[in-house]
Amino acid sequence: MEKYIFFGLSGLAIFSAIMVLVSNKPIHNLLYLILCFMAIAGHYLLLNAQFLAVVHIIVYAGAIMVLFLFTLMMLNLNLKLELNKSLMARIVAFVSGLLLLVTLVIILNGLVIPTPKTATTQIGMTRDLGQVLFSEYMVPFEAASILFLSAMVGAVMMVNKNK
Amino acid sequence: MIVFLIFKTVLIAIILGLSLLIAMYATLVERKFAGFIQDRYGPDRAGIWGILQPVCDGAKLFFKEEYMPNTADKALYILGPSLTMLVALLTSAVIPWGGNIAIGGNNFSLQVASSSIDILYIFAITSMGVYGIMIGGWASNNKFALLGAVRASSQMISYELAMGLSIASVIMMSGTLSLSEIVHQQESMWNIAYQPLAFIIFFTCALAETNRAPFDLPECEGELVGGYHTEYSSMKLGFYLFSEYINMFISSAVISTLFFGGYHMPFINDLGLSQNVVTLLGTAFLFVKIFFFILLFMWVRWTLPRFRYDQLMKLGWTMLLPLALLNLVITGIVMLLV
Repeated sequence: MEKYIFFGLSGLAIFSAIMVLVSNKPIHNLLYLILCFMAIAGHYLLLNAQFLAVVHIIVYAGAIMVLFLFTLMMLNLNLKLELNKSLMARIVAFVSGLLLLVTLVIILNGLVIPTPKTATTQIGMTRDLGQVLFSEYMVPFEAASILFLSAMVGAVMMVNKNK
Repeated sequence: MIVFLIFKTVLIAIILGLSLLIAMYATLVERKFAGFIQDRYGPDRAGIWGILQPVCDGAKLFFKEEYMPNTADKALYILGPSLTMLVALLTSAVIPWGGNIAIGGNNFSLQVASSSIDILYIFAITSMGVYGIMIGGWASNNKFALLGAVRASSQMISYELAMGLSIASVIMMSGTLSLSEIVHQQESMWNIAYQPLAFIIFFTCALAETNRAPFDLPECEGELVGGYHTEYSSMKLGFYLFSEYINMFISSAVISTLFFGGYHMPFINDLGLSQNVVTLLGTAFLFVKIFFFILLFMWVRWTLPRFRYDQLMKLGWTMLLPLALLNLVITGIVMLLV
């Protein structure tokens, strides 16, 4: 059962990820990206990481993507992406893409993918995750939150400077 | 296993039917209630007390001409209202509608899906609610619709924050994210006694999240024609209007569950009734609470005037958010001391 759900979700994730690249309307790209996030959240659920799954939806699909959508709608970018790049640029892009492919193939060739421990691991549960975050990883966690705070203050400052 | 699956399927069907029925009749109650407040009758032509009015309205919406603007993005134009409806219906899955019911020796919980992240699930679904409106407003390719959609989404994003923070204090107090566990803890005393401020903030935010007056700026007729659904007609418009009432019903259910003891009825255990009767009475009592809050939603709508947009943002960011933070801090201090 879990296997079929896994393959279904993977198919959905890959399909939507490809559609993000292929579709030439910015808003459609964004919506496919959200669909991709949803599929990945489903994967998290399969790994018994409930908290991560929901936070992934709330933060990425629910907050960040809304802001992206907001910007795209206000700018109303609806122009078709045309291939008007020069031949040189195309060759460079092709070669670098090929190099990336080769690198990935070499890396993945020697990699043994460990079978995920489904439904047995409990670290994804909210309580366990909270306990680990606030005891073992207390300092990095607080440091990250201060980083976020300073970014937020910086954003407010930048807005106010233009007034 | 089979019995379990059948029970859950039946439960889902009942909840779906009830949500739709209640949303349908909430439209009639809304108009009747508005009539009562404005000292007039309200609809009373179709059937006794206008009881058939929602049926007539529904039939009208179904048979009206389907119109789609030429310049609209076809797929997204259809996706908008569908998504709004889907999101509105999804939340009811984690609400505990009652205690346990015993059928043929098996004990079933009247909650479709119980997990340890119920509240976060509700948040995730609510944050998805923005998309239906935004997509619909944008796909219509109409300035008024786009402005309405932008207003709606910025309003929903702003009020989500205060809403989350107000619930965070309840979660801190209960020490769990599971709704059935939170309801269970309220058996002797409802949460409203400990968290009155959180309730007020949550209720205000719920008004804003459901786009109800006094926060119904997205469909502010005076400025934006019909707001995000200006270009919609027929049943697609019906979906948008209908999902507002479903959202209202679900919000009322969440409020009753989080702050007013859910399906707990005072002194019910002293009567010595059998478990099934207690459960059904509890569910009935939950629905009484829900109806009360739906009426409160309507009462607010027909009493208060609409906010101005800057006032709305000011209220959300400079009043509700700091208040919710303050409540969180106070809850933390009290929890440390007690």
